[in-house]
Amino acid sequence: MPLAVVLILLVVGSLLFHVLSPWTFTELASNWGMVDFTVDITLYVTGFVFVAVNLFMAYCVIKFRYRKGARATYEPENKKLESWLTGLTAIGVAAMLTPGLFVWAKFVDVPEEAHVVEAVGQQWHWSFRMPGEDGKLGEVDAERITNDNPFGMDPDDPNGQDDVLIHSAEIHVPIDKPVKFLLRSKDVLHDFAVAQFRVKMDLVPGMNTFLWLTPTVEGRFEILCEELCGVGHHTMRGAVIVDSADDYDIWLANQSTYSELNAKSVGNADIGAAQYAVCATCHGQQGEGIAAMNAPKLAGQSAWYLKRQIMNYKRGLRGTDPSDTFGQQMIGMVASLADEQAVDNVVAHIRTFPDEPVEATIAGDVNAGAGEYRVCAYCHGKDGAGVQALNAPRLAGMSDWYLERQLQNFRNNVRGAHPQDYYGFQMGLMGQSIYDEQAMTDLVAYINTL
Amino acid sequence: MSYVAIADRDHEQEHHDPQTFITKYIWSQDHKVIAVQYGLTAIFVGLIALGLSAMMRLQLGFPDQFSFINPENYYQFITMHGMIMVIYLLTALFLGGFGNYLIPLQCGARDMVFPYLNMLSYWVYLLSVIILLISFFVPGGSTGAGWTLYPPQAIMQGTPGTDWGILLMLASLAVFIVAFTMGGLNYVTTVLQARCKGMTLMRMPLSVWGIFIATILGLLAFPALLVSAIMMLFDKTLMTSFFMPAISSMGADPGYTGGSPILFQHLFWFFGHPEVYIVALPAFGIVSDLLSTHARKNIFGYRMMVWAIIAIGGLSFIVWAHHMYVSGMNPYFGFFFATTTLIIAVPTAIKVYNWVLTLWEGNIHLRVPMLFAIGFIFTFIHGGLTGLFLGNVTIDLPLSDTYFVVAHFHMVMGVSPVLVVFGAIYHWWPKITGRMYNETLGKWHFWMTFLGTYAIYLPMHYLGFAGVPRRYFAMGNTEFLPDSAQDLNAAITMSALFVAATQILFFINMIWSLLKGPKSDPNPWNATSLEWQTPDHPPKHGNWGHELPECHRWAYDYSVPGYEDDFIPQNVPPDKAPAGRDHGEDH
Repeated sequence: MPLAVVLILLVVGSLLFHVLSPWTFTELASNWGMVDFTVDITLYVTGFVFVAVNLFMAYCVIKFRYRKGARATYEPENKKLESWLTGLTAIGVAAMLTPGLFVWAKFVDVPEEAHVVEAVGQQWHWSFRMPGEDGKLGEVDAERITNDNPFGMDPDDPNGQDDVLIHSAEIHVPIDKPVKFLLRSKDVLHDFAVAQFRVKMDLVPGMNTFLWLTPTVEGRFEILCEELCGVGHHTMRGAVIVDSADDYDIWLANQSTYSELNAKSVGNADIGAAQYAVCATCHGQQGEGIAAMNAPKLAGQSAWYLKRQIMNYKRGLRGTDPSDTFGQQMIGMVASLADEQAVDNVVAHIRTFPDEPVEATIAGDVNAGAGEYRVCAYCHGKDGAGVQALNAPRLAGMSDWYLERQLQNFRNNVRGAHPQDYYGFQMGLMGQSIYDEQAMTDLVAYINTL
Repeated sequence: MSYVAIADRDHEQEHHDPQTFITKYIWSQDHKVIAVQYGLTAIFVGLIALGLSAMMRLQLGFPDQFSFINPENYYQFITMHGMIMVIYLLTALFLGGFGNYLIPLQCGARDMVFPYLNMLSYWVYLLSVIILLISFFVPGGSTGAGWTLYPPQAIMQGTPGTDWGILLMLASLAVFIVAFTMGGLNYVTTVLQARCKGMTLMRMPLSVWGIFIATILGLLAFPALLVSAIMMLFDKTLMTSFFMPAISSMGADPGYTGGSPILFQHLFWFFGHPEVYIVALPAFGIVSDLLSTHARKNIFGYRMMVWAIIAIGGLSFIVWAHHMYVSGMNPYFGFFFATTTLIIAVPTAIKVYNWVLTLWEGNIHLRVPMLFAIGFIFTFIHGGLTGLFLGNVTIDLPLSDTYFVVAHFHMVMGVSPVLVVFGAIYHWWPKITGRMYNETLGKWHFWMTFLGTYAIYLPMHYLGFAGVPRRYFAMGNTEFLPDSAQDLNAAITMSALFVAATQILFFINMIWSLLKGPKSDPNPWNATSLEWQTPDHPPKHGNWGHELPECHRWAYDYSVPGYEDDFIPQNVPPDKAPAGRDHGEDH
């Protein structure tokens, strides 16, 4: 008897849980309402079967429970009943399958007017490429990928010259226009998934895959990688920003093409020298860093990382947290760099400084730190020299007190909390696994030995 | 000369009963001892996998609270948990364990047809387990590629355990497949050749049918895994490019070109989907026998049940790519595989109906094995129905790679078979050991396991609806997820730890039973099948004493009208009891 009661309670409880659950599909933001419709049909059919069969079973357990002297009926088969049940099940299955196949037929058939966006995945970042006015994407090749050519573009392909390259995890698309995402991976499997759009597809190295949708709601929608791609899988995030037609045009006008990026002048160290004068007050004449001024060593740090952080300060992606006193100072200081060119110049100047060793200020258990560093090594390299392809800066031979403070900032969401600071967000998630002050000290002490 | 099955040529066989402890219990060729060896080893590794799941649940329920869990070992935990549970626990336990124990006894044979090969099968299986366990301790640790081991990441540097872990994993799988093949050929041959006189195929208990067809599936499916493991070993060690296209990994060119990652997925799931039924079919068969015995009623629609097992087994080979709807394979495959996948729901539903209809007008004894059997029907209905979501190609778009998938396959392939495993152990324990266990403790074990696992997996589906991806070490701040998703995760973790802890009841009960349990009757459940009719209890080497049994009826003559007892064992001749409704004449 308790078993039957529990079975009935479980059926009722499951239905209640379903109705009351706040954990349901996110608000739909694309044309794929038909997917939700198919899900609803399936919920009704399967829900009916779930309730009916389980309640029937509970009834049997009550009605035919063991009684002394009772005897079961001998009934090996009942062809008629079996045929009926088979037929009804087949009808239920067809009711679920048919809409599913119709929707899938739409999904595999991309509208001709869809505009193309190539989403490029790599461990553990997104970037994007769009064809220029010629409407054609240029040839790409994994074997051509370098730090200077992260998309693997063919420099001799005329189709590629006007390709719009977006070195960011954020892509904009116009509302109510069908868009076809061409998916390409540089290294391993990834998956392009946006919950509100309902569709997803794997990225497979060596081939192109695709999905399409028409965004119907303006706003920011997160891209999650949903195919296990290594130790940083859970940090591989991006966003699709759905704009009004006007906003989209403004955004597009600010993007650079492959040929524009190639033609861009490099930073001028001589011009940068003058601008560095402001920096020198705190960071030192040779970028050696002055701990008393809370200014870390700059010499020897990679140019791409220095530039990104200065731009982050300028764009308000870093240093805006009220408890980040020194970050706020930096926002004030970098205001003197008028534009991107000025930033390039000052970075070029910093790159001319000699890379002198720094004095270690933090001591800890180096062996324990080596254990903590195992996870860091995936991106920053076993030698801590940093890996540009992974957007991981150099750690070894830099100011150790600064590393520790930044780890704390990441852990406390002081740094990396801005929704557009994707690399900071990533470090925040990875930094979560360093659990306490002692672990952080040990880790930095180990980095000092590299 | 007319055909005589090997087992019937009794006078040709000589039995050399093992004399020493070693030949009796260690290098044993007795199928019953080998079954126990398989069972104990499988349960041992299963406990390790259970421990790993506790670790990953701690991280998911309470992120950043435990210093011994980081992204690296988290991915190692999930990988090893999945692989151990699917291959080294469930496959080994159902086929190596129950297959070994039940096939000769229920078919009325003295042993497996090739006892020496049978013994080798266990020792090679043990070797594969040892290789697997060694991989926890090599530099870099075990592989963290996910149990599906998808290349390129399984052998590239961004994944934990790419130095040694993946090599040992692939080697262990290859060795396991060798072990399975030796055992599997034995099971199939024994069923086909060594049944006792009168045991036609259509009189066999459904347990044997489930194990028999599952073994055939295994023999056909495991070779696909073997070749993919070998090819990936070559890709890793010899720089071949079976599965590896030209890539740029972490800014460097590793030197591969021309391979296809999708090819691996096809090979893997060509094995992987039948694997689901390699685990499920024995469970289907065993649960049918438990229901019939404890409801004192014949299994409803026996013939249909047999054909459903065969149909499911056949169909299981043409549905594999439903695991790959969003893998980037040719999208037109979606139409075909969605259709075949949903068709498989029909024979599966028939099995469920027939189980429930077996209860109808029965005389149901809610003993421990029966509780587990009915619990199985409930969880299997749930898990089967959610499969209709994922099998439908369109619905897979939002739900694949989310916690809905994790919840689905744990319900259908984790909880359900494990409930059958427990039910089966409680059912056959008296026959295996000759002792009874504590009924009350067994019932407590059932209630906590059944309710606890439902509390884990029902809510988990809803995390999937909300969009939480599987295989995420941590969610961080994800805008579209409500904060309450984390609370739900914490609750799931509490349930999971509770269920894991309550398994101690099972072990206490069984150890108590071995030491102090009361002696059991030879046939405590008044069951009909042959293993309960052995002359010795528990059965000795050779099973049947001097004379092999003769089978006169199907295994489900319960409550036959006009007979005083409510069961007629299979070896009772027609002149001593009414014939019931016999399917034996079909063959």
